[in-house]
Amino acid sequence: MDVILLQIFNGLSVSSILLLIALGLAITFGLMKVINMAHGELIMIGAYATYVTQNLFMEYMPASSFGWYFITAIPVSFIVAFVFGFVLEGVLIRFLYGRPLDSLLATWGIGMILQQLARTLFGAPNVGVKSPEWLNGGWAVTEGLVLPYKRLFIIGLVAVCLLCMFVYIYRSHTGRRMRAVMQNREMASCLGISTRRVDAMTFAVGSGIAGIAGCALTLLGPIGPAIGTYYIIDAFMVVVLGGVGKLVGTVAGALGIGLTNTLFEYWTTASLGKVLVFLLIVAFLQWRPMGLVAVRSRSLDS
Amino acid sequence: MSSVTRVKLLVGYGAASAFLLCAPLFLNDFRLNLLAKFLAFAIVAIGLDLLWGYTGILSLGHGVFFGIGAYAMAMYLKLEASGGKLPDFMNWSGLTQLPWFWKPFEYFWFAFPMGILLPALLALMLGFFTFRNRIRGVYFTILTQALVIITVTLFVGQQAYTGGTNGVTGFKTLFGFSLASQDTKNVLYFVTVAFLVVTFLLCQALVRSRFGKVLKAIRDGENRVRFIGYNPAAYQMVAFGISAGLAGLAGMLFVLHVGIISPSMMAIVPSIEMVLWVAVGGRGTIAGAAFGAVFMNTAKSLFSENYPEVWLYFVGGLFVAVVIFLPKGILGLFPKGPELLAGGGKSSSGFRRSVAGWVSGRKRKEENA
Repeated sequence: MDVILLQIFNGLSVSSILLLIALGLAITFGLMKVINMAHGELIMIGAYATYVTQNLFMEYMPASSFGWYFITAIPVSFIVAFVFGFVLEGVLIRFLYGRPLDSLLATWGIGMILQQLARTLFGAPNVGVKSPEWLNGGWAVTEGLVLPYKRLFIIGLVAVCLLCMFVYIYRSHTGRRMRAVMQNREMASCLGISTRRVDAMTFAVGSGIAGIAGCALTLLGPIGPAIGTYYIIDAFMVVVLGGVGKLVGTVAGALGIGLTNTLFEYWTTASLGKVLVFLLIVAFLQWRPMGLVAVRSRSLDS
Repeated sequence: MSSVTRVKLLVGYGAASAFLLCAPLFLNDFRLNLLAKFLAFAIVAIGLDLLWGYTGILSLGHGVFFGIGAYAMAMYLKLEASGGKLPDFMNWSGLTQLPWFWKPFEYFWFAFPMGILLPALLALMLGFFTFRNRIRGVYFTILTQALVIITVTLFVGQQAYTGGTNGVTGFKTLFGFSLASQDTKNVLYFVTVAFLVVTFLLCQALVRSRFGKVLKAIRDGENRVRFIGYNPAAYQMVAFGISAGLAGLAGMLFVLHVGIISPSMMAIVPSIEMVLWVAVGGRGTIAGAAFGAVFMNTAKSLFSENYPEVWLYFVGGLFVAVVIFLPKGILGLFPKGPELLAGGGKSSSGFRRSVAGWVSGRKRKEENA
């Protein structure tokens, strides 16, 4: 029983990380049809922002307040990645709207440059980030079932992010404009929405969430220039499986992939598990080519 | 095509072939081996261009097809090198018997066609399940990337059967000729040139044929092609299959020149680099793709020998620059370059006008992308 519960918990933990990464992707991909391959590097930026915050705390703050660095790092990594995303959108992405495959290639190039930049600045080897004291240890539910605080914290963090995104997209003015642009760009623009500003804002928010994802990843292990690339394809699969344009789809996609992945890896081996998940996704797309939840539209070539 | 441009083209192709045939005379052994490798890459690029440049489908999974072809050849070479005994890495992994699927690769007449057929079949299967349901564009591209990830994990994970991370290496002979000897290498170079020329001519003929025109029409307006009564999925599948088969062929040649294949050579980064070759050379032109592969790899080996770090900035910058400023690649820098080499010249534009010419300029841009 404990083993099953632990597997489910592991699955949830994997799902939550996937969800955090896919959230940003779903926004940029869903709204602007831009495939941002540099999303992984925005994650990396968030992770390094956390690393730098930690170092600053160690250097300039009294040792007693070190435990607080992580709380500070979350907004810091969001802001750093947000600014990066905003600049990136302004200088490059805006030339690529409506050309999804071109955007894929160009952002891949950006990703390469950013990775190399990280290598130049922080060195090629991975660097470790020390988790704050209060996140060590775990919650012993029963004798054989200990849930690490770090993973619980990440799940909580993801839940908060999800809630914020929900409020932002479905309950705020800017969110409503965003959805309008997403569903019909020309019409939205006719009604006086500045699609330029919405685009820039949306891309930046998506990037900021990637930054938070990077911050969360520092809890799980050392960080390096290539940290984002491990997760990026899985995150894209979440978006494809969940369907573009609805938060619910992304959540369902992340849960689906995270849980089945853990399950299959437990039953078979890690490599066979991945294959099975892929086959399942392709099979699923036979049934619903647009993913789990798709925004209906009448346009033929969408 | 006027007779003057035709003569110009012939002169160009003649010069290129003359260069390839005379290369052993002025290149040292090391450089010749590199060139041979690049020519193998040119074959992948041509296949990829057929799919991306002509049909408008971007596959980021060609590393897998390349790798499967390479492994097919590597299995044959490995069995020849082991001389009837169990390959060394299987011994280390605790196998006592040759796995059943390795057995037929003892024979060249089996291994060689398999190196082309297996990738083609895999592509046909994936194509069947995606194109039939109109999963295309970005979704297809992401699926091919996932294919790369799972193939690589599978190959790394099944160490006893594939050699794991180290891949398959330690080849000695081909048909009894030593692979280390320069004579064998020279012969293999010419074999590669021959395969490249045949591929080039075949694909050139293909894109000028009726089939190729339908491919271009699908690229420019898939739904309209469907409404006329074609089945785009079938054409896309076949294009994907041919493209994958060519990648497999290139993989086999690659193993002969390089003497090793490992999962890292079929991972995401090489797969995307292949796309860059096509983009830089000029997509939508067979010659451009081949040129791009040779050009980029030459630049890479010259650059990265001296400045490995700068090289990465350079590649990244190139991705951005080519996509934004040179959508037609280097060939696009020459006036009328792409039109000349695209194959079909005027006749195709006539067909295009009738089939997909209604597509507005903006729409075309979107779908080409």
